[in-house]
Amino acid sequence: MNTSNDPMAEIRVSFFIECEELLEALQAGLQTIENGDDDAETINVIFRAVHSIKGGAGAFGLEGLVRFAHRFETILDEVRSGRMQIECETLKLFFQAADHLSDLVRANRDANPMPDMATHKILSQLDTLMGDLNGDKPDVEPEIEFQPMGISLDIDVDEMSQTESLEVTDLSSLPDLIDLTSNQHNIPPTLPMYSIHFAPFAELFETGNEPFLLLQGLRDLGKATMSCDFSKTPNLKALAPEVPYMSWEVQLETDVDQAEIISIFEFVEGLCILSIQCDGILSDDTHVASEPARPQEATSVLENLDVAPQSADTKALISSLKPISKPTPAPSQPIRVDLDRIERLVNLVGELVINQAMLSQSLEQSGLSPHSDAMNGLEEFQRLTRDIQDSVMMIRAQPVRSLFQRMSRIVREASNSVEKDVRLHTEGEATEVDKTVIERLADPLTHMIRNAVDHGLEPTEIRIAAGKPAQGRIKLTAAHRSGRVIIEVADDGAGIDRPKAFEIAVSKGLISADAQLSDVEIDNLLFLPGFSTASVVSDLSGRGVGMDVVRTAIQALGGRIAITSVTGVGTTFSISLPLTLAVLDGMVIDIAGETLVLPLNLVIETLTLSQNDVEMVHPGQCIVQVRGKFVPLFDLGMELGYRPQVTCYEDVVVLLIVHDDGSQVALIIDNIVDQRQVVIKGLDESFYRAPGIAAATILGDGQIALILDPSDIITHAMRHPVMVQTPMETGIPA
Amino acid sequence: MSSVDIPTTIELLTFQLFDQEYALDIMFVREIRGWTCATPLPHAPHYMKGVINLRGTVLPVMDLGERLGMEPRKHGDRNVIIVVKHGKTMTGLLVDAVSDIIALTPEDLQPPPDMTISGSANVVSSLSLIDARMIRVLDLDATITLPKYVAA
Repeated sequence: MNTSNDPMAEIRVSFFIECEELLEALQAGLQTIENGDDDAETINVIFRAVHSIKGGAGAFGLEGLVRFAHRFETILDEVRSGRMQIECETLKLFFQAADHLSDLVRANRDANPMPDMATHKILSQLDTLMGDLNGDKPDVEPEIEFQPMGISLDIDVDEMSQTESLEVTDLSSLPDLIDLTSNQHNIPPTLPMYSIHFAPFAELFETGNEPFLLLQGLRDLGKATMSCDFSKTPNLKALAPEVPYMSWEVQLETDVDQAEIISIFEFVEGLCILSIQCDGILSDDTHVASEPARPQEATSVLENLDVAPQSADTKALISSLKPISKPTPAPSQPIRVDLDRIERLVNLVGELVINQAMLSQSLEQSGLSPHSDAMNGLEEFQRLTRDIQDSVMMIRAQPVRSLFQRMSRIVREASNSVEKDVRLHTEGEATEVDKTVIERLADPLTHMIRNAVDHGLEPTEIRIAAGKPAQGRIKLTAAHRSGRVIIEVADDGAGIDRPKAFEIAVSKGLISADAQLSDVEIDNLLFLPGFSTASVVSDLSGRGVGMDVVRTAIQALGGRIAITSVTGVGTTFSISLPLTLAVLDGMVIDIAGETLVLPLNLVIETLTLSQNDVEMVHPGQCIVQVRGKFVPLFDLGMELGYRPQVTCYEDVVVLLIVHDDGSQVALIIDNIVDQRQVVIKGLDESFYRAPGIAAATILGDGQIALILDPSDIITHAMRHPVMVQTPMETGIPA
Repeated sequence: MSSVDIPTTIELLTFQLFDQEYALDIMFVREIRGWTCATPLPHAPHYMKGVINLRGTVLPVMDLGERLGMEPRKHGDRNVIIVVKHGKTMTGLLVDAVSDIIALTPEDLQPPPDMTISGSANVVSSLSLIDARMIRVLDLDATITLPKYVAA
């Protein structure tokens, strides 16, 4: 859009990044209200977010955005001041407005055409809401365009310099400021009187704030008398247009406490001189001499308070200030780093890990005593390497919050289009996952959420008939569990209609009509390519791309997806993902002289077999008995084509691993070598993709070891010899 | 040779396979390295020797002789791997020995006679005679792109 040497372009970029964060805060705030655990601060957070977007947008002249944000902000202010209660419908509208605001931000960012139609629709809805509110108050304030104040001074320039104090009414663009004895509050005569001195710095205007709104805010608190001090204004020749010369004195008679008055000015903290006196008693430190102060001298009057509280008065003031200065649970200070630099760091750490492994191997082979200094040092080195690696991975980790927020929008839109009342509950938004994983999770998760709304939840009337609450419930949770991230999408719908699912699978030729399938197996039919249960193809889902696409996407991330369903209670999809795509805790094994790595998290246990443990069910398919359970047995060496099938099972080493669907499978290997963290190196699969191989890694001796994807191997193995017995294409063990 | 011809000169890396001489456009060649033991890929076509560690990247290696339909044989220290970059992918080609770098003009190159009989026929893009030796210039694209049915 802009050339790189345009300084504005850079600021613009960071504005839009900030917008994303603010929109996130906005969504989070609305969510909090929806969940019912909001407090007084929540609405402030929401308000601030919208306000800051408006402010920034104003600075860039993004008028459409400013206009919309302003209207949104106005109505939020009504809520904030307690004149309006948030009801269910209001909240819905707020969500829509928030969604629309983010659309507008993105449209502005990408220089796309503005969705004017939608803007109009939402604005008129907001207006209706405001109209309801102002029904008995005919004096609705005129729409404020976001512009610098135009002041027409029809005063003689020479006279001007001598003018002590002018009546505000002379300023054509500041109507109503004097005589602001508004009767919005029915104030008893003996209310505390505050006198407020307010003098903005140039920065206040630069950051897009508007004194008029601040003063208006004061007026709304009670009976206010204001006067503007023009005395500092030089004659026209000496007038610097960017230097503010005016200050205001406000006499405010109100029943609200000082904190609330200060809260009007919370956005201009440090951008103005502000002193508030109550009943003529000056609350000492807040006062800054009303000299034409330089910004440096009094940069942040309010912040200074935090530094050295001196008197009891000040302390009281600080405590009242607290909720303002700490709006949200202490946001950590982020810095923005180019992703390329992090990538480079991650790669370098990967090299470090490999190098360290090489060093360990050569030191071990040199025959040093394990208690020698070198070996002790090595141990320390290993620990440090691992710490560094973990920390580097943490840099890439991001909370899933943004992803979840996108999903709540999907739910809103999807439920509107199928006319179901659906509520999304999220849990564990703070769970951190690798950035790449989050990015690549968005599509499959969107699909799953839509599926849940469309197919998972029953239509409202059926829900009511079944004695369930009319509002459907989808629960999206994220949690860390044993080195992996578990993400679950659960609905409280009817569950999978198994007879119907079976029928569909038969009619589509996916299984034979006489197949005997367990419930779990039927549930897993949903993952078959070309399976769609919705009898009516809606525009939401059911375009033939179904859960198999989701499963493929999840598997590509090194994850697994499982499904559990209880008739009448609901369906839960559970995704298990690796924390990162860069390293893996692996079990190093040996098969026919080849070193291979198996993801450690898949391994449940290791066993040594005796001949009696193994039974053949039918040719080419053996099972092994593990503590009274029968588990299918595969020879990994044979499946990989490295050697012929093992015939004698005495003393054979077997790994018990978890398959995709949660079932257990036993794999014959030759030997277990080690257990270590390995750096994942992608395989170039552009012209050959080896089945059952997920990636590769470099071992301590510089050799490459392949990282196995046992589920893929098992699925392959089952497909071939067992075709007749299990007519299913999925990896469901018989 | 006149100066007009200079820009059209192409440089070729020549190498040996079973006493036959082959050549590749040197612009494809990234480096030449000695044979190191490759990690085999399961169920790969026979001429895919596996993958090797090229300074931290995983490099697939194919035996060019076997790819062209020659007899498989043992590899020793004498063998070299020519690392070629084709588009975005890097591949190692295992050959017997690297001989020379030669500069040729397009006139020196003749199209091969049309005898599309074996799998190797279409990988030779042109032929050239140098000191009575025949040099087969390989079409890299056709050489390293596998027939579709293998990849499936």
